[in-house]
Amino acid sequence: MRPILLSGHERSLNQIKFNRDGDLLFSVAKDKIVCAWWSANGERLGTYNGHQGAIWTVDVSPNTVILATGSADNTVRLWNIKTGECVKVWDFPTAVKRVAFSPDGSKLLAVTEKRMGFLGTIAVLDIAYGDNLNEQADEPSLRITCTESKATVAGWSFLAKYIIAGHEDGSVSQYDPKSGEQVENIQAHEFDHQINDLQFSPDRTHFITASKDKSAKLMSARNLAILKTYTSDTPLNTATITSKKDYVILGGGQAAMDVTTTSARQGKFEARFYHKVFEDEIGRVRGHFGPLNTIDIHPAGTAYASGGEDGYVRVHHFDKGYFDFMYEVEREQLRK
Amino acid sequence: MAPSFDTLSEQDLHEEEEEEVDFSDLKSQYEVKLEEGLDTFVVIDGLPIVPGESRQKLIKFLLRKLNSVGHTSEDAVFMPLTDKNMSEGFAFVEYETPEQAVAAVKQLNGVPLDKKHTLSVNKLMDIERYGREGRVEEDYKAPQVEPFKEKEHLRSWLGDANARDEFALYRGDKVGVFWNNKSNPPENVVDRAHWTQLFVQWSPKGTFLASVHPQGVQLWGGSSFSKQKQFPHPFVQLIEFSPLEGYLTTWSARPIQVEEGQPILTYEEDGKNIIVWDIESGKPLRSFVSHDLAAGPPAEGDVQPKKKVQWPAFKWSADEKYVARMLQGQSISIYELPNMNLLGRTSVKIEGVSDIEWSPATVSREGIKQYEQLLCFWSPEIGSNPARVAMMSVPSKEIVRTRNLFNVSDVKLHWQSQGAYICVKVDRHSKSKKSMATNLEIFRVRDKGVPVEVVDSLKDTVINFSWEPNGSRFVVITTGEAAAGAAVLPKTAVSFFAPEKKGSTAGNFKLVRTIEKKTSNGIYWSPKGRFVVVATVHSQSSFDMDFWDMDFEGEKAEGEKDLAANLQLLKTVEHYGVTDIDWDPTGRYVVSSASVWTHSMENGWNMHTFFGNTLSENPTDKFKQFSWRPRPATLLSKEEQKQVRKNLREYSKEFDEEDRYAVDIANTAVVETRKRVLNEWLAWIRREKELMAEEKDAFGLPEDADTAKAAHDAPPAGEDQGETVVEEMVEEIIEETEEVIG
Repeated sequence: MRPILLSGHERSLNQIKFNRDGDLLFSVAKDKIVCAWWSANGERLGTYNGHQGAIWTVDVSPNTVILATGSADNTVRLWNIKTGECVKVWDFPTAVKRVAFSPDGSKLLAVTEKRMGFLGTIAVLDIAYGDNLNEQADEPSLRITCTESKATVAGWSFLAKYIIAGHEDGSVSQYDPKSGEQVENIQAHEFDHQINDLQFSPDRTHFITASKDKSAKLMSARNLAILKTYTSDTPLNTATITSKKDYVILGGGQAAMDVTTTSARQGKFEARFYHKVFEDEIGRVRGHFGPLNTIDIHPAGTAYASGGEDGYVRVHHFDKGYFDFMYEVEREQLRK
Repeated sequence: MAPSFDTLSEQDLHEEEEEEVDFSDLKSQYEVKLEEGLDTFVVIDGLPIVPGESRQKLIKFLLRKLNSVGHTSEDAVFMPLTDKNMSEGFAFVEYETPEQAVAAVKQLNGVPLDKKHTLSVNKLMDIERYGREGRVEEDYKAPQVEPFKEKEHLRSWLGDANARDEFALYRGDKVGVFWNNKSNPPENVVDRAHWTQLFVQWSPKGTFLASVHPQGVQLWGGSSFSKQKQFPHPFVQLIEFSPLEGYLTTWSARPIQVEEGQPILTYEEDGKNIIVWDIESGKPLRSFVSHDLAAGPPAEGDVQPKKKVQWPAFKWSADEKYVARMLQGQSISIYELPNMNLLGRTSVKIEGVSDIEWSPATVSREGIKQYEQLLCFWSPEIGSNPARVAMMSVPSKEIVRTRNLFNVSDVKLHWQSQGAYICVKVDRHSKSKKSMATNLEIFRVRDKGVPVEVVDSLKDTVINFSWEPNGSRFVVITTGEAAAGAAVLPKTAVSFFAPEKKGSTAGNFKLVRTIEKKTSNGIYWSPKGRFVVVATVHSQSSFDMDFWDMDFEGEKAEGEKDLAANLQLLKTVEHYGVTDIDWDPTGRYVVSSASVWTHSMENGWNMHTFFGNTLSENPTDKFKQFSWRPRPATLLSKEEQKQVRKNLREYSKEFDEEDRYAVDIANTAVVETRKRVLNEWLAWIRREKELMAEEKDAFGLPEDADTAKAAHDAPPAGEDQGETVVEEMVEEIIEETEEVIG
């Protein structure tokens, strides 16, 4: 599994995202530019310029028409993917830490930071795909305010039935995207251990959370039941659920600020593969020389990409061995 | 609730008071404050009864004693007379300050005045408080006998059906005791948060687990690890058990301050650092002020180096009938147990004495019939006198063997575990003091006249030496001169020594082999001998552990034919940042651990077999201490042990069968759970799909509600396009040449 090394950013990566077809990969970093790459060979397609601060988050509309980004310059921007022009800017009072399109692409949620007296919020924006992409609503259609602990990450469940958010205090909550009311809140991770990532399975019935408490949890989107727990020996920044095979990939490493004080050996900068059902660790992929900040899986399950504090994106196309690997009980199940 | 020392002692010490609320003690406390003016008074009892005329004479005589601890005068001594003009045998004395009065009580109480009379000195307030009418009951009341309570068996762990061993694990603020299950995860016995404050320590035969708290030492034992004994030495820092678990020595850098109302400690202990406790009764036997070891001469420009604490301060003879302490450079004090009296009432004066070691076992020297324990000590060169290593027989205090040595820098005494040999490691300097060399002088204690054999083939300094337990082989690690201030460790060499084969007795010690260019610094023998781990510990850059077999069952090298050893490296294992290596008491397993006490990188412990197979790796956050529970000596006689060894094959067959069975069971269990987990998962997914379909129906959503509207210019979807092949043209310039034509 030889990785393709994408070196286009000058600072640490914050999020990477494949589009639904899997042919494009978008990456955002602290260096204010958005990069688009061909996932097959790692060639850079272009950049989207305009943000004035570190970009925390990126998402692609399901039809690969619009790209949404959220940044420390307190804006959410929409970009025409094809032309590279910025079609809409929404201003918020604080930095935007996470954006996510609803499954059908008609809505976009934006998680804003709690700072300078403003509470953390989750704003829902309606997205129009008309002939002129500039025609977007100016105001969010809904604002959810997180009074207890600020949301750090959020996403949409199946049928856009719930908005599910992970919080700074290690809890996960479920909101109704129509009324904005909190339906459920569960202390999924250890108290006061921030949830750093939340990604859904392809059918959006379950999702995985990655937390500073060194564990990742697989949870049901319907009732927030904890289905599986994956424990590691290092704080986790990101986790993703693979399609095609029943694995999850976790990434993390010692907190960036502590890295220089210890040896590289200590850092544990590896992508860890766990079996989704059996919770066993089955493999690790090394390569980054800083903590892994973000991992995304190719929608077809044939490749994954990781972005690290070291400023590199590594795209790995899986080998045959990856697809062939199976537990004996799985093989039996298959034969039936 | 964590069983901290605090809560335990509360319960224990105040149990009676909780039962009936008695305010009289509070009242008396209140009264004492009013009487503060009497603080300077003491009452002296036990004086001779003299007629009134000689009273002044007696007072004058007494004053000499009284003024030795404080200031008082003739006027301040009041000795009442009876009607018959006779003194009553007591006197009241007023000192200048309350401190002097306390000093008088402390120092004069129990002091003989003459042959017939012994002073007993008490504070006037104490007599008021404890001896006042009504305080002492007139009628004798028989103390209530507590009903018999069965205690837990202190050696229950030895009865384990699979003869497993236990170990204590201290990580974070939790201490747990576990059964070792080979490669399977250990089975927990107890796990308690805040069980100890500093560290835990097993007693030498494994009966007790000691925890160390600012309030003192607590011993735990029995199958549930219940509270056994308590030794309230405030701010205790170091503890040491006697070899047969009869006594405990505790040390604290802070001198003890005895407060009133302390039930166990008395004024005897005030100002002392070391207490020797009787474990059975839980009472202090005797207490001492610690001697500091003289620090080396301060290097130029350096501040005076810190004084080192001498630990273990008290060294026990093998049968714990004697305990010895050295006052560095001056004398050795030997105390007799169980009453802790100084043997022969005097210390043995030995000029320059630098170290002492008891024989770890009771040895019988040839031709010596009476009981003796052997104590070995050495003193450096003083003036023109040579340095001296000597062996003393106790209780006779007779020196039975001495050896003079010259040009000595340092000496270390290493007894073999059975006391058959003592190896004296002598670091010698040349006359110019520029180069160093080491001699090993081995005393054969059991042979007639205790002959000495010198092994002086070592040019370099020996940094570590270790005897094979119950054997006659040893391993030394030598190192060349270390470049001052160099970051890299100097290379070391590991040498194995064995005696020549010579009938039943061991012949001369010969070098078996030297392994050069190592970094090793630690030698860890299996407690049963034969196997030894030589490792690099506490190092930043190397962390290898070599597992050696001294009796390898295979071809022997030609040159080593006549030696009682066949050396073979079994395996080399690495454990990053290893700080400690511990053999289990049966010599079957080795645990290497990296403790947070030394560094905070990859803390945890790994379990290996005696031949270096790693069974498990256990990275543990904030791992501090790993400690195997020791076992008492075997009860089998030598013949029975031999019998077991002979029939080892038979036994091992049985155990192999058991092991195989256990593995089979475990494997089936794993497969079963996996099947169950997988089926549960598949069922969950199926149910979710159904629910989702139902919801779609209910909301009247189309089948493709979650699919986005395609982009305007997207290729028509619908037909399955299958795999797309991306063809990529890569042009590469292989060569470029420029030619000028014409």
